[in-house]
Amino acid sequence: MSTINYSEKIPNNVNLSEDRTLQRALEQWQPNYLQWWQDMGPDGSQDFDVYLRTAVSVDPQGWAQFGHVKMPDYRWGIFLNPADKDRKIHFGDHKGEAAWQDLPGEYRANLRRIIVTQGDTEPASVEQQRHLGLTCPSQYDLRNLFQVNVEEGRHLWAMVYLLHKYFGRDGREEGEALLERRSGHADNPRILQAFNEKTPDWLSFFMFTYFTDRDGKFQLCALAESSFDPLARTTKFMLTEEAHHMFVGESGVSRVIQRTCQVMNELKTDDPARLRAAGVIDLPTIQRYLNFHFSVTIDLFGADQSSNAATFYSTGLKGRFEEGKRSDDHQLRGQTYKVLDVQAGMLVEKDVPMLNALNEVLRDDYITDSKGGVERWNKVIEKAGIPFRLSVPHKAFHRSIGTLAGVKVSPDGRHIHDHEWNQHVEEWLPTDEDRAFVASLMGRVVEPGRFANWIAPPVMGINRQPVDFEYVRFN
Amino acid sequence: MDLAEGVIRQHLIDPEICIRCNTCEATCPVGAITHDSRNYVVDAGKCNLCMDCVPPCPTGSIDNWRTVPIARAYSVAEQLGWDSLPAELPPEQLAQAGAGEAASTGVAPGGSPTVADAAISAEGQFQAAQYGATLPPWSAAHPYTNLYGPRAAEKAVTATCVGNVRVTQVGTDYDTHHLMLDFGAMPFPVLEGQSIGILPPGLDAQGRPHHARQYSIASPRNGERPGYNNLSLTIKRVLEDHQGKPVRGVASNYLCDLKVGDKVQVIGPFGASFLMPNHPKSHIVMICTGTGSAPMRAMTEWRRRLRASGKFEGGKLMLFFGARTKEELPYFGPLQNLPKDFIDINFAFSRTPGQTRRYVQDAMRDRAADLAALLADPNAYFYVCGLKAMEEGVVLALRDIAVQAGLPWETVGAALRRDGRLHLETY
Repeated sequence: MSTINYSEKIPNNVNLSEDRTLQRALEQWQPNYLQWWQDMGPDGSQDFDVYLRTAVSVDPQGWAQFGHVKMPDYRWGIFLNPADKDRKIHFGDHKGEAAWQDLPGEYRANLRRIIVTQGDTEPASVEQQRHLGLTCPSQYDLRNLFQVNVEEGRHLWAMVYLLHKYFGRDGREEGEALLERRSGHADNPRILQAFNEKTPDWLSFFMFTYFTDRDGKFQLCALAESSFDPLARTTKFMLTEEAHHMFVGESGVSRVIQRTCQVMNELKTDDPARLRAAGVIDLPTIQRYLNFHFSVTIDLFGADQSSNAATFYSTGLKGRFEEGKRSDDHQLRGQTYKVLDVQAGMLVEKDVPMLNALNEVLRDDYITDSKGGVERWNKVIEKAGIPFRLSVPHKAFHRSIGTLAGVKVSPDGRHIHDHEWNQHVEEWLPTDEDRAFVASLMGRVVEPGRFANWIAPPVMGINRQPVDFEYVRFN
Repeated sequence: MDLAEGVIRQHLIDPEICIRCNTCEATCPVGAITHDSRNYVVDAGKCNLCMDCVPPCPTGSIDNWRTVPIARAYSVAEQLGWDSLPAELPPEQLAQAGAGEAASTGVAPGGSPTVADAAISAEGQFQAAQYGATLPPWSAAHPYTNLYGPRAAEKAVTATCVGNVRVTQVGTDYDTHHLMLDFGAMPFPVLEGQSIGILPPGLDAQGRPHHARQYSIASPRNGERPGYNNLSLTIKRVLEDHQGKPVRGVASNYLCDLKVGDKVQVIGPFGASFLMPNHPKSHIVMICTGTGSAPMRAMTEWRRRLRASGKFEGGKLMLFFGARTKEELPYFGPLQNLPKDFIDINFAFSRTPGQTRRYVQDAMRDRAADLAALLADPNAYFYVCGLKAMEEGVVLALRDIAVQAGLPWETVGAALRRDGRLHLETY
């Protein structure tokens, strides 16, 4: 492999060919990555020609090039947004100093942890989704799944590049470990729990891309503020790709809802049993899936009070969402923030130091953003004239991390006893029957322009192609 | 090239499809896209139609257009309140609102009657833009883009005005200037077909700096004066809106009134696909109206210089150029002096007294036999520049010419796009 010219083989805008050490490190990592893709990438799809978007540079013309490619031949590249040589640190203790172009020794351990945690989610989601291609509802959706998969792969490259370039031997070892952990594996699982859950069906996939990839967006936004300039520039470009993933989720769920509403109007019923018999997913089931994915995802933001979060912020490693657009002092000393607590069986708000509550700040920003899309789903239901509204559950519902872990709270935010929880949990979270029913709908539809019965076609195709375009050639 | 009069194709975002991911707002080089908690919207006053936001949009919601009279362009506030896009205005309303004035540079709104029908039919709408290539010809030179701008290391570069001459006859209200800018020692490499942004001095009504106005470069790659670091622009002075009310275009008047020695703030260059082929015997078909002639002048002049050098065997050059009258056509005189065996020029005048109105697509249909041969020739490249309203008429004319010659349009149209052979730059 050593003869490969990586300056051509790995599209990049980081002058890879001028850094021989880094080039050799990536040369050694690349075959392992490809082996991981063969083993854990989309099942049985390695020979398909897929209509994919490939980034070849970071300017608007270069980063959305479309064409049919085999996924193992996808040109995973390394792209950083253009540097601003005058960029200043704009929050934390170092506010006003020049952004770091190199790694400050004192923050090495924390930055490594941040980058590894972010990097670990990328291959994890590919692993979680690797069997979905076998049950795709259309070619269009299959293509979108594969696009998400290859871009998660590219995000892994982005993080491994940082590890190799700035962390020496430790970084290379972490790069290997990222390929060795496995989603859901008993002995060597992925770092974050949401990335060890199964993504067994396409409704789960759409919910995952809507909710969990949106967590990705918020984490990336917070890292895009980082004082460590290479991390900021890398994550900024990753955000452009992340947008597609959220699109797949938002439009996917929206199309499921649209189809259900259509059948509800045809049959003039809201009876879940009749709707299920007609082969569509009833709205209460969609609500339960939503409750599950929302609650699992908001756990990803971490404990509501965290000294790590305070350290990451004060030392300038990780900012807040849209830090640059906020008009406070960007240091937050002596300020407070309201977090939830349970006192005498009641959920109450209490003031805690803002710096320690930064996970909660990011979580609350995420919740606001998530609600927007749910309201757009409600517009679809409204348009069909059906009196039903989806909503996100209370943020204390079904939590496993932080003060609220294990506290029994109903979706409408009441602290309840175990007895009431057990009585109603089947109305609130997907049951085994729900999952079995959704799984029963998952048949493979791959004729161009045809869609599974439980989902509406999209309003438009990808890159102005028609909806019945041959997005995947199966050879 | 300000959006001056008549109707515009307004760029809008479909709120039903948009997922509010912020990619467009982060991409827009001129800050034309903004949002509130409900919608993402495009400010028609700032959007320079550079299309940078279109490929990065994950949803396709960004690629929506409505023909509206300028006076009734949807405001930002209006768009922020939308739950869905408004329907296209019915043709009567467009006509009432003065859309007829859009013909002022020689193009009927929507072209011929068949085009008008196609443009307003709700289903099966003919999308001229879908045939436009997003890639340059294979033999294009590599362009430099965004060397100066809000997202570049240097926010702007200063150029000096070294010449400013009127290129339409004095006495008409169509006052068009040929402006020469020199960049001194500052790097500003350009290619024919690229454009630059001008930052007018001063503040707008809201007290903010004016946004950049985009103009196509009218000179070839090695300078307006060969071997010098300068370029030229074609600027039409905007003095009134489509209803005849006096409105002074901010940038066009600033530029038309520049004196030699004045300094100008410039951003760019922009554009990576509207570029000319450079291989021997490649043909160029140029279709333009008014100041849309700027890139055509640049390409023609580069080919003329190559021809004069005797070292390059160029293919055919064919020009279709529309204006209201001969007097209003920029560069009319100089064009007459080019050898006939170098460039095949076809004018179309829509307001010559005593003559029927002729638009560029009419001139194209008259030359159907020659154009059909070029459509079938992979070495022929087509360039369209002018008001947005001409785009559909021109592409439909190409389609009809192809079909009449027995060429399947689906194949030809797809090839034009795929092979970087049809380039649309309309505003």
